[in-house]
Amino acid sequence: MECQECHQRPATVHLTQVVNGQKSEIHVCEKCAKENGYMNYGEENFTLNDLLSGLFHSEGPSPLKGNTPHSYAQKPKLKCENCNLTYEEFARVGKFGCAECYKTFDDRLDPILRRVHSGNTRHDGKLPKREGGNLHLKREIEEHKTNLRQLIEQEEFEEAAKVRDKIRSLEDQLSKGEDGDG
Amino acid sequence: MSLQHFMNEAISPWMKQEGPDSDIVLSSRIRLARNFSQHPFPIIASEETLGHVLTFFKEEFQKQSFRDYKDFELVQMKDLQPIEKRVLVEKHLISPHLAEKAEKSASLISQNEQVSIMINEEDHIRIQLYFPGFQLDQALEQASQLDDWLEEKIDYAFDEKRGYLTACPTNVGTGMRASVMMHLPALSLTNQINRMTPAINQLGLVVRGIYGEGSEALGNIFQISNQITLGKSEEDIVEDLHSVVKQLIDQERKAREALMSRSSIQLEDRIFRSFGVLTNSRIIESKEAAQCLSDLRLGIDLGFIDHIPRTILNELMVLTQPGFLQQYAKDTLSPDERDIRRASLIRERLQLENEE
Ligand SMILES: [Zn+2]
Ligand SMILES: [Zn+2]
Repeated sequence: MECQECHQRPATVHLTQVVNGQKSEIHVCEKCAKENGYMNYGEENFTLNDLLSGLFHSEGPSPLKGNTPHSYAQKPKLKCENCNLTYEEFARVGKFGCAECYKTFDDRLDPILRRVHSGNTRHDGKLPKREGGNLHLKREIEEHKTNLRQLIEQEEFEEAAKVRDKIRSLEDQLSKGEDGDG
Repeated sequence: MSLQHFMNEAISPWMKQEGPDSDIVLSSRIRLARNFSQHPFPIIASEETLGHVLTFFKEEFQKQSFRDYKDFELVQMKDLQPIEKRVLVEKHLISPHLAEKAEKSASLISQNEQVSIMINEEDHIRIQLYFPGFQLDQALEQASQLDDWLEEKIDYAFDEKRGYLTACPTNVGTGMRASVMMHLPALSLTNQINRMTPAINQLGLVVRGIYGEGSEALGNIFQISNQITLGKSEEDIVEDLHSVVKQLIDQERKAREALMSRSSIQLEDRIFRSFGVLTNSRIIESKEAAQCLSDLRLGIDLGFIDHIPRTILNELMVLTQPGFLQQYAKDTLSPDERDIRRASLIRERLQLENEE
């Protein structure tokens, strides 16, 4: 089997990746595995810079990538309004300055996170108890909706109706909660 | 002085208990990285902001207790001598990174030393919780409850899409690093561990030595931990780690059995030679000490030696680190002096077991 990245060397690294619940098989050579972040080493002393420096530049603003002149002109100045960290500084140090940085740099984070976390870009773990109140509800609604689609496909309409009512009542709860906050 | 008891004992109270599979797994750890939503991260925050964070912990959590984790003691880095910091690093109660930071950093340590909460490290908060032996599930459950307890008073930096927000993108999401410390002498002796490492890496896990530099694992002690923190639940991450550790335990046991059946006398010889070195040497480098201690521990596990407790490995590995040696000597020591001290300390410690 040949490496699916370079199509030159034989694939010696075989991985199953789970990205946002989707499984996919990856067959690459060792070199490509390292370059694409499928194999990482070290823990606390992990040098993100080495891993990311190339990436930041290639994913950075580039007129060749089809950006309009307008958006290109804005991008180099991307800066977190809360802590004043610029995207360039983030790229150099490999560390965020504050929670807001995540929002400010959001457009550019997916490739970085994908590389560091084996293709993943979205959180799928614990929600904070207090702060995550609404998020718990939202996640529950999402789960019911998935369930609902399955039930409809299987033509189990009676059960589906129950789930639909459950979703409605949860959505009511959610909108009340949000009104309460505001 | 309250700091003193953290300094005097080489092994923490929780390490004296034997956990499941403790013939191979020394300890299980969960680390959670958390930040305040309203403050810039420590790397960029002003001294004043870091001071706020520190004061907040002092006022809210100093001397507080949560379940078995009693009387949290806030140990500030600025109050410690370099040797004392080194001792806390060697006991894994603080990270080397925290030790380097002076002014506004601290560690909140429970009396049983099972929990240490590092403050103003790379993130505002790094919760660490240890369990003896192979108890990842329990460690995760307790760490998560401890996390909830802190969250009652702290607005965490959290985002629906990215999860717990951390200074470094390698920690974002769960902010969790789960790890297991393993003694793998038979897999090392037969060189199998090096062959297994790439396969383990492919599963998103990292294998590294705890003591020693680079790829060498002094004392055949390895740490296995998760690399990925985003896109998987805490439970799934722990489950993946759990299954790999389980396999490593099985492999290590098989390798031990194979060594016993094929070369029992050679193994016995090696163990007793190492025991001889430990009980007789007058100068010993840390590398040789670590290897001999690993052999001794294997000898205990295999029943060749029965009058010494298993915890001797953990205890003497920590006790013979440079920080502890100097803490005991109450003086800074040159490397040569350390090797002499190390030898006499090990002799005395093993002599103690003979008398009991
Ligand atoms: Zn390739
Ligand atoms: Zn920022």
